[in-house]
Amino acid sequence: MFSYCIEPDALATFQWLTCYLTTGVHFSFYLSFLNVLGILAVTAPIALSFGFFGAIAARSQIVPLSLLGKGYIAVVRGVPDIAFFLFFVIALDQGFEWLRHQALCPNWTDPIRQGNDFLVCPRAKLPLGTAPQTVHQLYAYGLAIITFALVFGAFAANVIFGAMLAVPKAQLETAEAYGMSQHQIFWRILVPQMWIYALPGLSNLWQILIKATPLLFLLGIEDVVYWARELGGTKTARFTSFPHGDWRMWYFLALLIFYLFMTWSSEKFLKKIMQKLTKGQDMAGTAMSTTRDFS
Amino acid sequence: MKTILFSTVAVAMAASLALADGHSVVRMGTEGAYPPYNFINDAGEIDGFEREVGDELCKRAELTCEWVKNDWDSIIPNLVSSNYDTIIAGMSITDERDEVIDFTQDYFPPTASAYVGAAEAADWEKGVVAAQTATIQAGHIASSGATLVEFATPEETVAAVRNGEADAVFADADYLAPLVEASGGGLVFIGPDVPLGGGVGMGLRESDSELKEKFDAAITSMKKDGSLNTLLVKWFGEATAQY
Repeated sequence: MFSYCIEPDALATFQWLTCYLTTGVHFSFYLSFLNVLGILAVTAPIALSFGFFGAIAARSQIVPLSLLGKGYIAVVRGVPDIAFFLFFVIALDQGFEWLRHQALCPNWTDPIRQGNDFLVCPRAKLPLGTAPQTVHQLYAYGLAIITFALVFGAFAANVIFGAMLAVPKAQLETAEAYGMSQHQIFWRILVPQMWIYALPGLSNLWQILIKATPLLFLLGIEDVVYWARELGGTKTARFTSFPHGDWRMWYFLALLIFYLFMTWSSEKFLKKIMQKLTKGQDMAGTAMSTTRDFS
Repeated sequence: MKTILFSTVAVAMAASLALADGHSVVRMGTEGAYPPYNFINDAGEIDGFEREVGDELCKRAELTCEWVKNDWDSIIPNLVSSNYDTIIAGMSITDERDEVIDFTQDYFPPTASAYVGAAEAADWEKGVVAAQTATIQAGHIASSGATLVEFATPEETVAAVRNGEADAVFADADYLAPLVEASGGGLVFIGPDVPLGGGVGMGLRESDSELKEKFDAAITSMKKDGSLNTLLVKWFGEATAQY
């Protein structure tokens, strides 16, 4: 990076650090922060909508739909995250490829499963074997986002399901007495009021989601924890111009600050939303106790 | 208008068909955390003995290769589900792995594994010994009299000895040697070297016999003209076993 970095051994500590912290591999580390933030920013709204529709499905009058919603909540919440991330993602990828294989290569005669191998025709591969590495990376991001959204959507569905039950019955009955249809009651009375009951639970989920990103490395995405571990590990002089001992502690300390900052700023943000959502709402009873933590 | 659109689609499809023909790009999966075999250099690229061997093999086999990093834990599942086409990650050829994937001939002679402890007196026979998960070394310790502690990365196995969590670490001697050398007496080789595995080969899907033949031929040619030995000496020193 800097012109004086050619002979790092001869440098004073400060200059050595400026060289060390601007190596190509460190830029991969800095970039991973943006990657993680980007994935979080996309995942959170998708997970929330999974949760919202999951909850609507679970409380539906139509039995198959309600079973589907309840099944989704129960099954996904019950499976350990790490198992989900190891097997579901590979299965999802193979599922996509299998569908493409059926559509694109109807005349293919070789079996798709040969022992342990999963082989679709080259045209059905996702991404194509010839695609540049960036496409593979984007595809991995896509799979990660879908998987995260599914897992956290199930938890969010349960939180929202409970929040919908917590809205005082009297509110809904009054709306009915005013002649509102079920549709109107749901969208105008129930949904606007359920958020304050859902928010504490959802904010927990958000914090857990932030901290779940190391699971991303199972999907081949190099997240902040992977790089901290990799860069902090002992480096001997044979393989780098910047040899150092076990510095993982310092790297993880930096991560700690990053995560604390994330927690602090999301708390502030959620407090703002909470104030907005509770505006004009009857704060008697349970609502009061839920909001107390936030005021 | 419709015909224009249709012909554009047809051309695009034909183009993607031509591109998708066979193994035009071979994706090479590695761990990137096992120097000198493979590691990430200062520039953030995959480097090491296997990087050089792999690039040379691809050149000789006239293949376009691309390097992919993957966690050791999931390196075999991702190969068999075709997320990349080869494993070139210091993986020893063993019967257990051979049941799941195929190996080329070895490009690194059968290796010695060694114990490293914090002092000469460390108990590698009955004490706590660290090894990386799903390696031949972990398998060996599990069947010996010592207590095995497993770690996901090689780095953590050595760190366990440094901080006293384990009495010794058991790993490829070639991985440990530079660390012992740089430790200034903090780490020492203890106990006897143990020969394990059938050499290091490139892992491929069992159904990919065409690619396997190409790489086998390229490895043979590198062994014949001595270029493999040159790389072995460059990365592992004069004392390493050669072909």
